[in-house]
Amino acid sequence: MAASGMVIKRGKSSWLSHIGMIIGVIIVCFPIYLAFITSTITPEQVAHPPMPLLPGDQLLHNYQQAFFSGINAPVWKMLVNSLVMAMGIAVGKIMISLLSAFAIVYFRFPLRKTFFWLIFLTLMLPVEVRIVPTYEVIANFGMLNSYSGLILPLVASATATFLFRQFFMTIPNELAEAARVDGASPMRFFWDILLPMSRTNIAALFVILFIYGWNQYLWPLLITTKPEMNTIVMGIKQMFPVGGEVPDWPLIMATSILAMLPPILVVVCMQKLFIKGLVDSEK
Amino acid sequence: MATISLQNVTKAFGKNNVIHGINADVKDGEFIVIVGPSGCGKSTLLRMVAGLEIITDGEICINNKRVNELEPMERDIAMVFQNYALYPHMSVFDNMAYGLKIAKIPKNEILQRVNTAAEILQLQDYLKRKPRELSGGQRQRVAMGRAIVRKPAVFLFDEPLSNLDAKLRVQMRLEIKALQKELGVTSLYVTHDQVEAMTLADRMIVMNAGNADQIGAPLEVYNDPQSTFVAGFIGSPPMNFLNNLFAQNQQLDSSAQQAIDRLLTDLPTEVSATLQQQDNDNLTIGIRPEHLSLCEPPTAHLIGKVKYTEPLGAETLLYIEVQNQQTITLRQAGDIEIPAAGDSCFIRVNTALICLFDSKGKRIQI
Ligand SMILES: Nc1ncnc2c1ncn2[C@@H]1O[C@H](COP(=O)(O)OP(=O)(O)OP(=O)(O)O)[C@@H](O)[C@H]1O
Ligand SMILES: [Mg+2]
Repeated sequence: MAASGMVIKRGKSSWLSHIGMIIGVIIVCFPIYLAFITSTITPEQVAHPPMPLLPGDQLLHNYQQAFFSGINAPVWKMLVNSLVMAMGIAVGKIMISLLSAFAIVYFRFPLRKTFFWLIFLTLMLPVEVRIVPTYEVIANFGMLNSYSGLILPLVASATATFLFRQFFMTIPNELAEAARVDGASPMRFFWDILLPMSRTNIAALFVILFIYGWNQYLWPLLITTKPEMNTIVMGIKQMFPVGGEVPDWPLIMATSILAMLPPILVVVCMQKLFIKGLVDSEK
Repeated sequence: MATISLQNVTKAFGKNNVIHGINADVKDGEFIVIVGPSGCGKSTLLRMVAGLEIITDGEICINNKRVNELEPMERDIAMVFQNYALYPHMSVFDNMAYGLKIAKIPKNEILQRVNTAAEILQLQDYLKRKPRELSGGQRQRVAMGRAIVRKPAVFLFDEPLSNLDAKLRVQMRLEIKALQKELGVTSLYVTHDQVEAMTLADRMIVMNAGNADQIGAPLEVYNDPQSTFVAGFIGSPPMNFLNNLFAQNQQLDSSAQQAIDRLLTDLPTEVSATLQQQDNDNLTIGIRPEHLSLCEPPTAHLIGKVKYTEPLGAETLLYIEVQNQQTITLRQAGDIEIPAAGDSCFIRVNTALICLFDSKGKRIQI
């Protein structure tokens, strides 16, 4: 890869920069390490400082408890909810934006430009701004406490539409014409040619959108009232007791660590495609 | 196997007229080259035949069947694009087979047709590769292969060789010509390279700003150009044009005047008659560089001064300034002695081969 060519050995300064980078990594990783430590000890140990810096012996017990019973809902249930939501959002967004970008770039219909700018305008309206009317709509549809309620309002994406539009515009027009001469219908061209050509972009976008969906907090907080519909990110917040009781820190931290794993898994698995999608446009 | 006929074909982009009514009939199996300068509408015309561009007015028929409203696929054509337009994510085999798959041709026949085409184009070893793993010439062949496997009635080429280097271009040119003759498929070929046009064409259409100035066999067009545009565009260096050669009020020294008089008497009688009966200030005389030669003073038709010379080995080009500051080009064999720049020289004109054009640049037939 190109990156390996950029690392130049330069004696002392290389040492210094390495130390700098190592310190950086420690700063970033330390809180996560601490969370992990906390998830392996008893609540009493947390309550009595100083915190131990080495893992305790409660690892299996804490994780088991978190995974299968949790506080409000078992973590596995919340993980499934989050997974459904994140997948739904990522896949839905990609499908819709692929199709709308396809329409905008390859078809001439009245008000085409207008539609594009309309889509583009919604970029200026984040979820938080339109959350009240959206809630109203979803409530009227009876979608509270449902997967469709979690997914649908977040599924339209101007950013992804914009990204695919830009990508499609870099594809030479002759390719579409060649397909037309070959007898491909527009949808056939989309399936056989555009889609495979966009696969690195799709992979990159999938990673980003999956994490975006996974990290949704406000929206699931609003529309899920039943604990068994909680997603994990908001579920963690729900684990804090309402009164003045002491939170069960080890359990909460175990849940947090579990909540981090799926996004990490997605990134690691799709890393190669992801980076390719960001770096090169394969012609 | 097909004939093509264009009847008064017109194209406008919005209010902008780019093709002003072209008529042409293409015979079965003919290789037609559409040639002209950049922006004259060659690609647009070809794309209208292909069905990629809507025909504003007029009619295009393939095999006597109106195709104006048909999709490209229904017209039974295949097109080779300038940038090849290969599908980047498909192997060479899939690129060639794609159209056949869509046409729902049985698998074994696809296999057989692609293999045959690959054999003709010497692509057997590359069938599994992606287009980006091929050289320019190989990509070009794949694009040709994609056209061949369809067994279309008409091949359309839009400057297929312009992305190749000079040597490869010559080679591919020969291959295309041989292939077309072998398959006998009616072809339209767009280029702005006149050498390509001259060597490939059975007949060529010389286009000028949206008009077909002349349609004819290459040598016919070369020897008998119908307009100053065609005469200037076909042939390198282009035909020489001389104006006001016989105007009365020129200040010429006696030897120059004698030369001009000699030219007038040596011209074919019809030509000199035309020159004298019309207002000859408006006429243009055209003469190809190879129809001029250096001579001794007593037989000269023109007297001039050598500006500079271009020895090319087999031939030499002399750029000579003659009366009225007009510069003409003279082509002579490479073994003839080359005058130095600044020398006076005496030129003899092969008067039988002179062309006359009117003030609008149209040929006056004598
Ligand atoms: N889609 C379009 N919209 C508007 N004008 C166009 C369009 N396509 C081509 N033109 C115009 O039509 C004219 C002819 O274009 P065309 O592409 O046919 O030229 P060409 O002869 O193929 O030139 P070249 O040798 O450079 O390829 C040009 O003046 C061009 O600006
Ligand atoms: Mg062109």
